[in-house]
Amino acid sequence: MAIESDAVEQELELAIHPMDQFVIKPLFGGGHGDIGMFTITNATLWLGITVLCVIALMVLGTRGRAIVPSRSQSMAEVLYGFIHKMVEDITGKDGLKYFPYIFTLFIFILVANVVGLLPASFTTTSHIAVTATLAMIVFLVVTILGFVKNGASFLSLFWVSAAPLPLRPILALIEVISYFVRPVSHSIRLAGNMMAGHAVVKVFAGFAVVTFISPAAIGAIVAIYALESLVVCIQAYVFTILTCVYLKDALHPSH
Amino acid sequence: MAIEGDLAQMGAFLGAGLASIGMGGAAIGVGNVVGNYLSGALRNPAAAAGQTATMFIGIAFAEALGIFSFLVALLLMFAV
Repeated sequence: MAIESDAVEQELELAIHPMDQFVIKPLFGGGHGDIGMFTITNATLWLGITVLCVIALMVLGTRGRAIVPSRSQSMAEVLYGFIHKMVEDITGKDGLKYFPYIFTLFIFILVANVVGLLPASFTTTSHIAVTATLAMIVFLVVTILGFVKNGASFLSLFWVSAAPLPLRPILALIEVISYFVRPVSHSIRLAGNMMAGHAVVKVFAGFAVVTFISPAAIGAIVAIYALESLVVCIQAYVFTILTCVYLKDALHPSH
Repeated sequence: MAIEGDLAQMGAFLGAGLASIGMGGAAIGVGNVVGNYLSGALRNPAAAAGQTATMFIGIAFAEALGIFSFLVALLLMFAV
C-alpha cells in the first residue's frame, strides 16, 4: 500500500492536494510524529500573527484619537460601533457589561479568518480544535452566568410556558437536547465553512495546472476568492450574533 | 491502484457520501429563509434593516441541521 501510493504521489507531484493547507507541521525541524503539547507549529505561528494584527488594528490604530479619524482608526471605530450596537439590540442594556468579551471574540475570529485568506497561509479557524475551544468557553460562560443571575429559575428556559401543558414535557426534552448541541453546531459551523471554502479555492488551483483550462480556472479562483472574502466576514458575524443570542437566553430565560 | 480495504470501510465511505445529501436540505432551508426575508424586505423596505439580525439567526438555525449531517460524514470518514 505504502509503496504504491508513493508512486502515485510522484506521478501527481505537480498537482496541489486541496487539503494540504490544513496540515499542522512543526516549525523547527522534525516530522509529523513529533508534535507534542508545547511544540511550536504553523498553527501557533498564525494564531500569533492574528493576535499581532488585532493589536496593531485596535491599539496602534486608535492611538492617535484624532477627531477626524485616520483610515485605521475609522476601521477600528466602525467595527467597535457595529458590535456595540448589535450587543445592545439583542441582549438589551444589561448585556453591555459583557461587550468586551463578545467584541474580543468577534475581532479575533474575523482577523483569523481574513489572515487565513492570504496565499500560503494557514487558517487557524479551519480546525475544530480552535473553534471548539471558543464555543465551549461561550457555552460554559453562558450556562454559569444563567445560573448565577437567575438561580434555579434559569431552568424555565426549558419549560415553555406558552405551550399547552401536555406538550411541555416533550418540548422540554427537545429544548434540553438543542441546548446541549449548541457548542457542537456553533463550532463546526465556523470550522466547516472555513475548511470547505479554502479547499474549494485550492481545488480550482489544482485545475489551473492543466494548461488548456487554466484561464477559466483562474477566473473561477477570482470569483470564489471574492465569495470567500464575504463568507469569512459573515461567519465571524454569525458566530458573534449567536453568542449574543445565547447570552440573551442566560440573562432573560423566560420565553 | 489495487482494490484493497474491506467492506466496512466501503460502507463508511458510502455512508459519508449519503450523509452529505442532508446538507442539501440545509441549503433549501437557508434559501427559504433568505428568500422570504427578501420578499418581505421588498414589500416594506423601511422595516428591512431591523430584521437583518433575525435573518442571520434564522440562517444559523437552519444551517445547524445541515452541520449535523456534515458531522456524521466527518465521523464516518475519520472516526469510525
